Parts: sequence; C-alpha cells; structure tokens
Amino acid sequence: MSQFLVERGSLPLGLYILSSVIKSVIVLFVLLTSVAYTVWLERKVVGRMQNRWGPTRVGPFGLLQPAADGIKFLFKEDLLPPHVDKPLFIAAPMIAVIFALTSISVIPFGNPVTIAGYTIPLQITTDVNTGLLLILGVTSIGVYGVALAGWSSNNKYSLLGGLRASAQMVSYEISLGLSMVGVLIMAGSLSLQDIVHAQQGVFWRFIPHWNIFSGQIFGFFCYLMAAYAETNRIPFDLPEAETELVAGYHTEYSAMKFAMFFMAEYANMITVACLATLMFLGGWDGPMFGPPILQAILPVVWFVVKVFCFLFLYIWVRGTLPRFRYDQLMAFGWKFLLPLALVNLIATAIAVAW
Amino acid sequence: MVPLSYYLVLSGILFACGVTGFLIKRNIITIFMSIELMLNGVNLSFVAFAAHWHTLAGQVFVFFVMVVAAAEAAVGLAIILAVYRTRETLNVDQVNLLKL
Amino acid sequence: MLSVHLILFLAFGAVAVAGAVNLLVQRHPINSALSLIAVMAALAGEYLLLGAEFLAAVQVIVYAGAIMVLFVFVIMLLNAGVEEQTKGSRVAILFGIPGMLLGSLLTAWVLLRHSGTESVPAGALPGSPTEIGWLLFHDYLLPFEITSILILIAIMGAVVLASKHTSPGGGPAQKVKD
Repeated sequence: MSQFLVERGSLPLGLYILSSVIKSVIVLFVLLTSVAYTVWLERKVVGRMQNRWGPTRVGPFGLLQPAADGIKFLFKEDLLPPHVDKPLFIAAPMIAVIFALTSISVIPFGNPVTIAGYTIPLQITTDVNTGLLLILGVTSIGVYGVALAGWSSNNKYSLLGGLRASAQMVSYEISLGLSMVGVLIMAGSLSLQDIVHAQQGVFWRFIPHWNIFSGQIFGFFCYLMAAYAETNRIPFDLPEAETELVAGYHTEYSAMKFAMFFMAEYANMITVACLATLMFLGGWDGPMFGPPILQAILPVVWFVVKVFCFLFLYIWVRGTLPRFRYDQLMAFGWKFLLPLALVNLIATAIAVAW
Repeated sequence: MVPLSYYLVLSGILFACGVTGFLIKRNIITIFMSIELMLNGVNLSFVAFAAHWHTLAGQVFVFFVMVVAAAEAAVGLAIILAVYRTRETLNVDQVNLLKL
Repeated sequence: MLSVHLILFLAFGAVAVAGAVNLLVQRHPINSALSLIAVMAALAGEYLLLGAEFLAAVQVIVYAGAIMVLFVFVIMLLNAGVEEQTKGSRVAILFGIPGMLLGSLLTAWVLLRHSGTESVPAGALPGSPTEIGWLLFHDYLLPFEITSILILIAIMGAVVLASKHTSPGGGPAQKVKD
C-alpha cells in the first residue's frame, strides 16, 4: 500500500478506518445538534435584541423548540409542484446539504490525542497537506445547490433569486480566498494544523500570538464580510429575504427539502466560524491547566468557546444591520472588498519578506 | 498497480467523446462543452506522463491549460451571448447568413 | 492483481466515461453541463491517485467550481430549450459515431499492446503547492506573467462583448432574422 494513499501515521489500517468512522459519527452528531441549537440561539438572541422573549414555551427556556420544529417539518406535506424538473428539484437540496456537511471533515478540533500508544489526530481525515484548498473547493461546488434549485422550480422569481444568490456567492468567494492567503503567508503551509501551530506563544506576556493580533486585522475583516456574503446572511441576504422575490430560490420547496436548505445554511455558518477560529483566533490555543485528562479535553473546549463567540457575532450583526440592495452588494464585493484583500495580501507579503 | 497505458486509454476515450460531441451536436453551448471535455482528456494525459517521467513540468503545464481554458470560456460565452442577442437562436445550423 | 489503486482508478474512470457519454446522449444542455461537472470531479480523483494534490484542488475550484458555473449561468439565462435534429446532425451521427468508435478502439488496442507495461504507482509524483509554486516563479515565470496578461485581456473582452450597446443612430441594436 503506497504511503501517499493512506497517510495514517502510526495506525494500522483497520484501526485507522475504525477511528475515522467513530470520529465521523461523533462529529456529524455534534454538527447536526449544533445546527438545531444555533437556530434556537439566533431566535433567542434576536428576540432579546428586539425587546421580546424568543421561544419560551416548549421546554425550559424554549430549549425543546428545535425538536418541535423538526417534528413539524417531518409531518408537513412534501409538495412536488407539477411542472418542475423532477431529478434536479429533488437533487438540489441534497447537493446543498452534502457539501455543507463535507467541509467539516478536514477541520481539526484540537491537538492529536494519544490513546493506548496510538496518536489519533482530532480531525476526521488525517492532516491533509492542502486542507484549506479542499475547503475552498467544497464551497465552490456548494453554489450549484442554489443555482439548480432556482432553475428546476419552473418559476421566474425562483430563477432570478437563484441566479442572484449564485452570482453573489461566486463573487465573494474570491475575497474569501484572498483573505485566507494573508494567513497562509504567515504560516507558510496550507495544512490547517500547521496554521494553528504557527500561532502559538504570547507576546508582551499576555497578548496571545493569534493572527488577529499579529497584523491580520484587515484580513479578518475581509474574511468576516466575505463569510457573511457566502452564507447569505444579513446584511447580504437579499436573495432569500421574504419581502424580495417571494422567497428567492426556495420558494417552491416545502417540508423536508426546505429544512435541508435551512440546515445547509446553518452548517455553512458553523464551518465558516470553525475556519475563522483556526485561521485568525488561534484555533485551540488557550490557558492550559489541570491533570492530563483535562489537558486533552481543554483545547476542544477553547475551540468550541471561540466558535460560539464567532456565531454570536453573526447573530448580533443579523439583529442590527439592514440589508444591502443587490447592486450595492455587488459593488461592495468587487470594488471595495477585493482591493482591500489584495492590499492586505501585498502588505503581508512585504512584511514577511523583511 | 496501474500501467501508464490505462491512463492514456482513459484520456483517449475522453478526447474521442469530446470530438464526437463537437461533430454531432448542434447547440453552440454543448459544442463548447465538448471542447472543454477534450481539454480535460489532454490534461489527464499530461499528469500521467508527468508522474511517469518524474518531472513536475507536466503539472505546471496543466495549470497553464486550465488558465487558458478559463479565459477562452469567458470570451467564448460572451460571443455566444452577442450572437444570441442578434440571431435569437443557439442552433449553429441557423447562423448561416453568409450562405449562398 | 486487483489492488486498491486499480479499483479506485477503474471507479473514477467509469464515472468519467459515463459522464462523457451522458454529455453526448442528453438533449438539454443543462443535463450535459451537469454530466461535464461529474467528469471533472472524477478527473480530480484521478489526479489525486497520481499524486497531484494541488492540481486536483485547482481542478475542483477553477474548472468545476468557476468555469462550469459560468456555463450553467449562460444556459439558464439564455434558456433555449432542447436541441433539434437537423439534416447535418443526422449525417454526422450516422458517420461520426462509428468512425469515432473505430478510431478510439484502434488507438486503445495499439496503446495497450505496444506501450510498456511499467506501472505508475499511486502517488508517484507528489505535486505539493510549494514545489509547483517554486517552478512557476522560477523556471516558468515568463509564461506565468503572459497568462496573467491574457486573463486581463479576456476579462476586458468579455465585458465589452457581453454589454448591450446601442447603434450610433440612437436606436437599439437591430435584431437580424431571415
């Protein structure tokens, strides 16, 4: 078996497959639960910002609301409108969800743990050399779910909404990629674990050496804006706002298929938040204390705390800002964000070369 | 272990499908997609030979082929849009004003 | 002789050939476009088997994720429908498909019989981004700069060609029909 095909470090093949399967099951379970509870968090936080309670009736603090919503979606009638392109109509939400859930497979959650003498990395695959490029590739393919949903619905408003949404996603992918290149130059590698390792250490004894504090603040801002546009969130959510174009590309979808688009959007949000913590907030870097068993779990805890902070920022912006008009949105992406990302790239390259 | 000739046969099949599509299809966009299929077949052949002779020049050349294909796709589709605006059809057999 | 490498090669190859044949068989261009995306994804898998990891990622990002999105946009915007069979295309199908089959079978036979049976091992030439970047900026710097100018020209050309411009007389551009 050639070394490249299975770079499994010190694990024998059977154990590698078993550990990958266990990791996939755990991560998928945690991700789907997080998607459901991110919806709950958003409704609560936006409600509080608008001086109202949010869900409170179903369970304590409305915590069983996602379960109630899931049951509702299961029992709704799954409509198939008469003149749609059936294979594409059914495939489009599947494409959106599959690629939203796939990009989580190269994201590391902590330092490699050592169990019974074997070193197991805390990501579903082993540490891929080109992890960041794979995530960009999966994001590029996710555009097809939206475009095909708009096309197959046989509805001119859905088509326009789908084309607008895909044009927006494609335009902001460029700024997303370029804002990542600044981080790449500082870390010197495309592998996500190397990017986190390059941010270890502190300077002035208490400011950690995270990329956001070591000069990538404009890169972080670019990444933030591009991420909001990629995931179709306010202030860039014109293609799916209810008051514009009926409901955009998911007008004709009901019940489970609509739930799949919904899940895909929140899964994309969580993936983008995980990437932001890995690249700009130092990943699983944080104060370490306690016995060794605690030290194995603590990196994951810090990672989750940082992802939660980033998601709270997403929801905070949603509750605060109005949305852009489409031409303002495209002008912002091409005429402001792309030059800013390029200037950030050049400045980082010059700073590192000296 | 996969012999080099298997990669070349796969590349040849893709190229042949591209040429066939170029000849039998009448929609200008499908013809354009057959050209992209031909380019992909050739790319596979380049990468296979690069691995065989242990030189990275093959992979660099594939990179350039992809860049040129992107530029060609952009300009070609713009031309198709311009033709559609004036001729109202995408069928190549009907764009025949110069015929006697 | 059935190694995992051979099984993976045949699996990706089968998807690529199925996508290519589906491109020929489908009558609506949107289905042909989706088959071509499947071909490109299968080829990205083949590149990974040959060790070209950077190229596989670039294939997915650029070819399947950008160029094909452009094709899909144009097909959706123009919305010209299924294509019709004309006399020329029937003649081409009658002579072209057997001719192509004959030609490709002959080529395949020659290649399999007469080319060497040396194998290309899996991951034969790891093309990491570092090494390809080194080559691009040292040995192949001139082609790199020229292709960047080429892309700039293509951008300007596409914007000019696709914009709606009125004729000098002041009215909209004439539609020509026969």
